[in-house]
Amino acid sequence: MKAKRSVIILNRLGLHARPASRFAKTASNFESDIWVEKDGISVDGKSILEVLTVSCPSGSQITIMAEGPDATEAVEVLAALVADRFGEID
Amino acid sequence: MDTFKAIAASPGIAIGQVFLLNPKRIKTVKRRIGQEQVQKEQERFRQAVLAVEEQLKKLISELPEEIKEHSNILKSHILMLRDKMVHDRCLRLIEKRQVNAEWALELAMDEIQQLFRTVKDTYIRERLEDIGFVVNRVKAVLAGTETRLDLSSIEEPVIIVARNLSPADTLHISKEKVLGFVTELGSRTSHTAILARSLGIPAVVGLDDITSKCLSGEMMIVDGLKGQVVVEPDEQTLSDYRLKHEKYLKYRLEVIHNSNLPAETTDGYRIKVKANMELVEEIPIVIQHGAEGVGLFRTEFLYMTSRTLPTEDQLFFAYKEVVERLKPYPVTIRTLDIGGDKLASGLNCEEEINPALGLRAIRFCLREKGLFRAQLRAILRASVFGDLRLLFPMVSGKHEMVQVKRLLGQIMDELKAEGKPFNKDIKIGIMIEVPTAVLTSDILAKETDFFSIGTNDLIQYSLAIDRVNEAVCHLYEPLHPGVLRMIKMTVDSGHKEGIEVGMCGEMAGEPLYVPILLGMGLDELSMNAMAIPKTKKIIRQSNQEECADFVQELLSLDSARMVREKAIEFFRQNYSPDMETMDLLELGLNI
Repeated sequence: MKAKRSVIILNRLGLHARPASRFAKTASNFESDIWVEKDGISVDGKSILEVLTVSCPSGSQITIMAEGPDATEAVEVLAALVADRFGEID
Repeated sequence: MDTFKAIAASPGIAIGQVFLLNPKRIKTVKRRIGQEQVQKEQERFRQAVLAVEEQLKKLISELPEEIKEHSNILKSHILMLRDKMVHDRCLRLIEKRQVNAEWALELAMDEIQQLFRTVKDTYIRERLEDIGFVVNRVKAVLAGTETRLDLSSIEEPVIIVARNLSPADTLHISKEKVLGFVTELGSRTSHTAILARSLGIPAVVGLDDITSKCLSGEMMIVDGLKGQVVVEPDEQTLSDYRLKHEKYLKYRLEVIHNSNLPAETTDGYRIKVKANMELVEEIPIVIQHGAEGVGLFRTEFLYMTSRTLPTEDQLFFAYKEVVERLKPYPVTIRTLDIGGDKLASGLNCEEEINPALGLRAIRFCLREKGLFRAQLRAILRASVFGDLRLLFPMVSGKHEMVQVKRLLGQIMDELKAEGKPFNKDIKIGIMIEVPTAVLTSDILAKETDFFSIGTNDLIQYSLAIDRVNEAVCHLYEPLHPGVLRMIKMTVDSGHKEGIEVGMCGEMAGEPLYVPILLGMGLDELSMNAMAIPKTKKIIRQSNQEECADFVQELLSLDSARMVREKAIEFFRQNYSPDMETMDLLELGLNI
């Protein structure tokens, strides 16, 4: 199963240390492989370090992709996390 | 004989043979493997990772007490080792490319470098170096070589010369075998430099290309006081340095030995000598050097290292740790003293043409109330764990203090409502560094519990000199009659209202100025911890009344040049021959 969704980074400080770590940790709960893609470069969504290297200031668009048994759910949960500004209060 | 100059990272002098630490070029044996060997090779890699994890854990547990603080760096290395970026990538490459683990690691590192290449954020980019350290360890285990700095072959203590020392390497350096070290990379605030200072090993860092300018076994002098390195010194230089080394040891011993004596003049005037600090790692140094507390705790660090703003809880735990560990000594914490441009997060700040005169420090905090509020709440919450005091930077007049106090009052009400404890009588102070604050110090003294004169900015703003502008920096003069008058005025205004007046700029830690500051009647001097022992020594040799008379004399002089001449004369008369050339050399004072 494959799933894919584009989202806009909303939190003011972008995808930095804490959000990246939250993203990767959440992603690791799923069985599916997960990638984050930006400007044609995709990285492993379960690696904090890799997610960190995607420079994502607020307002930039990323695509979350998943492939595996729980792909749809993974993409949904992760997209919601981004939309929720990673639970951060700006 | 070749002499080089770079950054003095840790004071002291080392004379000995070079031990050139070649950047561990662990030979990567590249081998293609068959499909049937993939699993075995992956297992070999997993085992190597486990072994490295064990090594790092062991290293952490073996850290001597005085450098225990630094275990976090190693802990983060373990996390990186486990991150999918390195770990899973490598396993995948072994399978996909059918290569051995060593080769896969190399391929993985190439890919990782690509990923980091485009990252703009320096903090994140610097993590690549850490990944490199960890990967090298795994490679070494795979190759069956020792990653520990192998010093076992060394019989005589040596000077280590390396391109770079990883925190793990530095932590492993024992004082018995290492006299000093010189590296090509690094800065005064890099972990390696801080560690060297904690261990008391002389070090010079940031010396370009030194590994290709000397050979193992050659004689070398490391002057960690001046940041100088001499390769193959001639007889004359060697004997000069031996003398300097001996004097330094004697001086150091005496100074450290006496550093816990009170800073009291011969006529019984007691002045507090405290330390300026920024990192938690500096606490042991602060205590060892006889500080009677922290007179200036800078809080910018946590804001500059990650792109997200630190949370209130993060700040609270950081402040609490500092206060608790320094208890019963007081800690004066300065609220954020930068502008938005300096924050790693940027906070969407406009670029300013003249940031020194721009939106920074208290002005910035009063505008970014959310950020300020979080910091003040964290400080107040930490205030119950020891003697914590608040210091506000760049106050220019009463209006700002009115706003600050109103905000502080609101926050106290909030905390009370939430049932969170805080010290409601926390002492609040004003950093005197804007000329109008000096001129209205009589008014400001009524608004605050203490003053702390920040000389660096006060001098810069008073003389209208940008210290980093080479064309005018020679005009920067702490002994300008105008500067002296401002210090005197601030002290007098404070004392008239019965509040204490301290100084926390660089001027406070310069021996030549100490008698003058004593004569001014300052109650507290706060400085770089390393400068404390010698400052105390000068204080104990001083007579405050004589210093006060001397200050009166200085205040009547009409030029900075004359003040300086008089000050040097006074210093020579009263502090030599005791305060020998050594002390002065260390300070770079050319007298």
